[in-house]
Amino acid sequence: MIRRRHVLAGGLAIPFVAKGQTKARVVVVGGGFGGATAARFLRQYDPTLDVTLLEPNHTFIACPFSNMVVAGERELAAQRFGYDAVRSDGINLVRAIAMSVDPAARTVSASNGASLSYDRLIVSPGIDIVWGGLPGYDEAAASKMPHAWKAGEQTLLLRQQLREMPDGGVVVMSVPPNPYRCPPGPYERASLIAWYLKTHKPKSKILVLDAKDVFSKQKLFQNAWKRLYPDTLEWVSLSDGGNVTRVDPATRTFETDFGSHPADVGIVVPPQRAGAIAATAGVADRSGWCPIDPVTFESRLVPGIHVIGDAAIAGAMPKSAFAANAQGKVCAAAVAALLRGEKPQEPRLINTCYSLAAPDYGFSVAGVYRPVNGVLTDIEGAGGTSPLDAPDSQRMQEAQYGDRWFATITAEVFG
Amino acid sequence: MVRVLVNVPKQIAANAPFDVKVLISHPMESGQRRDQLGQAIPRDIINHFICTLDGETVLDADFFPAIAANPFLSFSVVAEKSGTLALTFTDDHGVTQTELVAITVT
Repeated sequence: MIRRRHVLAGGLAIPFVAKGQTKARVVVVGGGFGGATAARFLRQYDPTLDVTLLEPNHTFIACPFSNMVVAGERELAAQRFGYDAVRSDGINLVRAIAMSVDPAARTVSASNGASLSYDRLIVSPGIDIVWGGLPGYDEAAASKMPHAWKAGEQTLLLRQQLREMPDGGVVVMSVPPNPYRCPPGPYERASLIAWYLKTHKPKSKILVLDAKDVFSKQKLFQNAWKRLYPDTLEWVSLSDGGNVTRVDPATRTFETDFGSHPADVGIVVPPQRAGAIAATAGVADRSGWCPIDPVTFESRLVPGIHVIGDAAIAGAMPKSAFAANAQGKVCAAAVAALLRGEKPQEPRLINTCYSLAAPDYGFSVAGVYRPVNGVLTDIEGAGGTSPLDAPDSQRMQEAQYGDRWFATITAEVFG
Repeated sequence: MVRVLVNVPKQIAANAPFDVKVLISHPMESGQRRDQLGQAIPRDIINHFICTLDGETVLDADFFPAIAANPFLSFSVVAEKSGTLALTFTDDHGVTQTELVAITVT
């Protein structure tokens, strides 16, 4: 019998040849921005592929702009997307959780009992929270001190707690060290909560306790805070003693090495790692994230399995919806090429990220990336951030661009 | 004057070790970096740190350029009775700063 799955030097697979099996099979785990993109673009790049998407949820709830839901400026319904369009592309949608992977037999076991065979597997599981990674913060604590770092129930819980907080209350949010999903996300959230407090509960404050000294779009955020929330938002950096070492959910208290901060509303952006199936499948390393080849996004640890989105160690690329979408396309093209026995093209990837400092005050960062010595690297001189001295009209325009970006990307992935 | 945060437990038991935590806001410029014109940025680090309890040395440390900016120190001390911790550090310019912290032993 001819083994089709040997890998040649240089990473080229022997072409997929039909032998009692008419179509090459690709299984995609996770129907978020990365996985749904990969599944649909696989069918575009090669309509003969047999593509299965494993996703337990009936609808996807998007994280970008969920901070506007927290601030009461957007409904969660605007974050929900269904899979009808994905299914009508001819993708087999299996509503189940991927439980385990057998890389030797090339099968995935699903929670509905199914065993799915693949020629190549794409894993896009997003993040899992490392419960207990911050002492005191376990699964039960999340119902007292929401993380809201996966959009849905948690987003609504945080919004409700903010609404119920009396005027004069203190909101405290802890921010972990890198890496985590959406690097500027905590600062956008702090801004929009400050905006909510300033508008509805002007005697209240938000305190941000950070395990870092520097963060994404820092100057843009700090300028906006000075202008918009000088009495509402306080940011404490690592070197000012901001590193939170423990939380007590019963009293909603944050402990640092140098003090104790009780909160009326406590938000914990928790330490994170790749979604559980990554570790189960053996594609996550000791960091909890997944090392990949930047041309194909194939795992460095297990051949035949590709990892995209937040779970991947993507060098200079941030963990964002835009990045996951870009990686989904690149990975789909590489997988389609490998299954045809062709050499995948070296990619260029783009990320753009909009943040809101207020509902009508937006700015952005853009980056372009290419593989250099096996790592996705920022192309110097490409991309950039919004100017620091832009007029309000430009901030308003960028807030609108952000809104259109969300409409565009969700239409491409789910529409 | 640089900003220093010090934390000791409010209640300390006699002859039982307790943690002293110190965070010093300092750039710890290593002397290895160059500026945009290619000129070496002069070394500027805290090179010596000493902690005493009522005059008795409990920690005496030399610092080197490999120590990161904003050094964070955590060490254990044993005290027999209430007293004063003196945390003294010296930088490359010879400037010395001392922080005094009273401890209460019960």
